[in-house]
Amino acid sequence: MKQFLELDGVDLIYHSASGETPALKNVSLYVKKKEFVAVLGPSGCGKTTILSLIAGLLKPTCGRVLLNGQPAGEQKNHFGYMFQRDHLFSWRTIRQNVLLGLEVRGTKTKQNLEYAEALLNKYELWDFKDKYPSELSGGMKQRVALIRTLVLQPGILLLDEPFSALDYQTRQNVCNDVSRIISEEQKTAVLVTHDLAEAISMADRVIVLTARPGTVKAEFKIELSGEGSPFMRRRSPKFNGYFEAIWKELETNDK
Amino acid sequence: MTNEHKKFLQMVKKKNAEVRLAQIGILVAFVGIWELAARTELIDTFITSSPTRIVNTIVMLFESGQLFEHMGITLLEACLGFVIATMLGSIIAIVLWWSQTLRRILDPYVVVLNSLPKIALGPLIIIWIGAGLQSIVMICVLILIIITVISMLNAFLECDRDKIQLMKSMGANKWQILTKLVLPSSIPAFISVLKINVGMSWVGVIIGEYLVSRAGLGYLIVYGSAVFKLDLVMTSTILLCILAGGMYLLVAWFEAWVKKRRK
Repeated sequence: MKQFLELDGVDLIYHSASGETPALKNVSLYVKKKEFVAVLGPSGCGKTTILSLIAGLLKPTCGRVLLNGQPAGEQKNHFGYMFQRDHLFSWRTIRQNVLLGLEVRGTKTKQNLEYAEALLNKYELWDFKDKYPSELSGGMKQRVALIRTLVLQPGILLLDEPFSALDYQTRQNVCNDVSRIISEEQKTAVLVTHDLAEAISMADRVIVLTARPGTVKAEFKIELSGEGSPFMRRRSPKFNGYFEAIWKELETNDK
Repeated sequence: MTNEHKKFLQMVKKKNAEVRLAQIGILVAFVGIWELAARTELIDTFITSSPTRIVNTIVMLFESGQLFEHMGITLLEACLGFVIATMLGSIIAIVLWWSQTLRRILDPYVVVLNSLPKIALGPLIIIWIGAGLQSIVMICVLILIIITVISMLNAFLECDRDKIQLMKSMGANKWQILTKLVLPSSIPAFISVLKINVGMSWVGVIIGEYLVSRAGLGYLIVYGSAVFKLDLVMTSTILLCILAGGMYLLVAWFEAWVKKRRK
């Protein structure tokens, strides 16, 4: 069956003067529409590489990356990237930061501007629209970063450890916010992380990678969506079961 | 406002006033002792001049119409050198940022040009483009431009890779990455380059005037020392201090304005 997003037998080798480093080996995975998939693996297993491949910023050495059955590299505008740090531009106001992508694509239409304003409104950032990033808290900045991505109406959100730079409590809150926003806006999302609990609490499916060169090792379907926010999901009795199962899978990774 | 805060503000104000008073005090004391030593013939005013003689020289220069001519020409040269070098240097840095290949090819030349004492090129420049304002500005530009290119290029290359990746993921082209990200994020570096250049441009201009000139403060210094009119040398040096200080203040004021706008 044709999947929304599909990686089919993807290899990726990084070349540098000192040699070549295989980062990914024969990675095959799929993501369904409106699904939230977490890719979990030890540091340096090529998680970020997978996102760069999906976003078309890198070309696979071999294999295919398909979106709706077509090569994903040709459909760059379907992806929205969210990074570890918010990467807001300090010289732009919140509103200007949010509109960055529209400026870049030359799509500052009335409709898009209204959408951006609606998002700012909806996620309690309207009052801060004329402030500069330095005046906002870490969690708010990460929310702005997500809105900056959403304004472009991407088909798929790519989240590259978007909470790891935040302190523990903020991380839980932002995790809830982001999870809520993604489900409200009905977005497909791929999250890469090394944080097991984060993956389980947010995703519909967790894909475990091996150490470098990364390849898919196991897959877990998480059925906690009835529980509500990531915070609630963490308290669900089933959470621990998933946690242990995936933990074991990661442990055997080390050997 | 609480009483405590009022007291605190008063203390800050008092401290500031004290610093300002000490600054003025040093100047007054220096000039006073100098004048006193000159009048009591403790020092030889033929060699050290004196504040009165400097003021007299300035008045004399002013009355003969030479004061603003010399100051103006040096100021013009310094401003030209400063503006041309800063603009051209930044443009070259942008070109080198744009093309990694060009950057690699030109790297050894930049290194050699940077270590070369530019004043060594002075005589050549005078022969090539002729004695006069143009060669003085040229020497000034040469002294400033290499360091401008290197500093600006480093600032451009230090731009956060993830931010560039973010722009790319939005579909930005290289021009957009340059204008929306790399240039704005390099403004602090640009300001520090301005501050360095504003000082260095005076070095360049005075060196240039020493080598070849018929007017300007550097010319007055060379001329004054040749005919042993040290009043003229001292006067020119002080006028130079005033001009250079004024130009630096302008840049500092510009910096404050930019900072205020960017917060």
